[in-house]
Amino acid sequence: MIGDRVAVVGAGMTKFVRRAQETPKELAWEAAHLALRSCEMTIDDIDAIVIGTAPDAFDGVHMKSEYLSDGCGAWGKPVIRGYVGGGTGVFAAIQGWYHVASGLFDTVLVVCEEKMSSCRPHPQAAFLTIFDHTTERPLKPNLLWIFALEMNAYMNRYGLSKRDIATVSVKNKRNAADHPAAMLGDPDITVEDVLNSPVLAWPVQRLDVSPVTDGAVALVMSANHVARRVTDRPVWVEGVGWNLDTAYWTNRDLAYPVYVEEAARMAYDMAGISEPRKQIHIAEPYDPFDYKELHHLEGLMLFDRGEAPRAAADGVTQRDGDLPVCPSGGLLGVGNPIAAAGLMKVAEIFWQLRGEAGARQVPGNPKRGLAQAWGDLMQVGTVVVLGV
Amino acid sequence: MDEFVYDSVYLSSRDLREGRVLFETWQPNAQYAWDAGVAISRYLQEFKAGKLIGRSCPECSRVLVPPRMFCESCFCPTDDWVTLEDTGTVLTFSRCTITWDLVQLEEPQMPAVIEIDGASPGMGIMHMLGEVDPEALAIGMRVRAVWKPADERTGSVTDIAYFKPLKE
Repeated sequence: MIGDRVAVVGAGMTKFVRRAQETPKELAWEAAHLALRSCEMTIDDIDAIVIGTAPDAFDGVHMKSEYLSDGCGAWGKPVIRGYVGGGTGVFAAIQGWYHVASGLFDTVLVVCEEKMSSCRPHPQAAFLTIFDHTTERPLKPNLLWIFALEMNAYMNRYGLSKRDIATVSVKNKRNAADHPAAMLGDPDITVEDVLNSPVLAWPVQRLDVSPVTDGAVALVMSANHVARRVTDRPVWVEGVGWNLDTAYWTNRDLAYPVYVEEAARMAYDMAGISEPRKQIHIAEPYDPFDYKELHHLEGLMLFDRGEAPRAAADGVTQRDGDLPVCPSGGLLGVGNPIAAAGLMKVAEIFWQLRGEAGARQVPGNPKRGLAQAWGDLMQVGTVVVLGV
Repeated sequence: MDEFVYDSVYLSSRDLREGRVLFETWQPNAQYAWDAGVAISRYLQEFKAGKLIGRSCPECSRVLVPPRMFCESCFCPTDDWVTLEDTGTVLTFSRCTITWDLVQLEEPQMPAVIEIDGASPGMGIMHMLGEVDPEALAIGMRVRAVWKPADERTGSVTDIAYFKPLKE
């Protein structure tokens, strides 16, 4: 463990919407402004900026983070952009952590923003270039294939049905009904609604998938001595981890995310966690698709392989269950502005551990929570463990 | 935390359609010519000849497909070309009924990851399935490449039209 303890001391976000009138810069400012206000800081109190935003192609703006920098408070400050696809939001918090833990900076503002609505007719156009240009793109793949192929491999390995998996979508959209920023909260949605939604790429159906979203989220992270001064309820970064699988995705075991396990092991070791099922009280795994929440819970070693669906069906992952999972409502319910969605998960753990989650608050005074995201060519795992 | 959610402005598609808000549009005109590279150029030459090949790693002994000039696990040069079968096993598949921009398809596309015989276990390539009832697809199904006629092959992965079930 290097350096001093690092805390999250403030968080803010925009509403998550299908199409915002705000430019990316304006969205970034809205989130950053509220994160600073939440800990009574100003931009002058911030030593360095971390920016997270996903492909430039969404916005059609080359070097998106330079464009975005003014809205992130980066003028005249050291600034870095990290980019690991869908894993970016949690990775940005990891970068915020090592900026402070290294001793270089006392305070860091972490801002993640995504505006997917600009890309017409659908932001999938930007995702098509993820496939290998010579061995895959001639087959004219679309992004849903990769998820459908992975979901089918997962279902087949453990003999799971669509019904086993649809409960995740229902839980998260219901949880999101209590989130003031949510786009797709629905207190009345049922498993039948998910199972009857249009098939896109079997086994993926419409309500298995998170929406295209615009939004931004920001965190203020600080060194121990600053945290003690600005808040009486700091939330500490106890562990961080990240890991990458091979880019040859057709050579991987698609039924189990080993890269998530490796990232979790790194974070658990740092946090001194030997029994994650007892020591993690809330989890916000990445849920762009309902099966991914289950896949990731297993990779995080919070459930045995193939057992997460049964736990979900038994209510274990409900907000009042033994291990509340995505109490925010996740990407399926709050929305999925890629980089901002990952940081929203870290912000949710921050609010939950401070007891500030309002109607979403999980009972029992949770002391430790985990946020995880996933991305690149389906092969990066990023994990942050927070505690009080 | 409610006070730390900014009341951002939501636009409906009607706002755009009816010109209630201002926006600017742009269509890029970027074109690319990608070099296939050392390993994949040879791989695609063999496609023209109606053959699948892989590449072996001297350290971990894996036979890799798609072939590569270095093993990403051992990080050493691969050292030999290996002729593979044009048969394999479906590791996973989908029935896709929409295009990337959400237009409904009449006939489902059937992408799959196919483990190629002669390569190491788990070594799959992405390709399409055909000549099969979409509802009859199953993981573990044995398949064979359906090659385009020799004079129609161009040295592309599409020289295999699709893989069809193998009757053994």
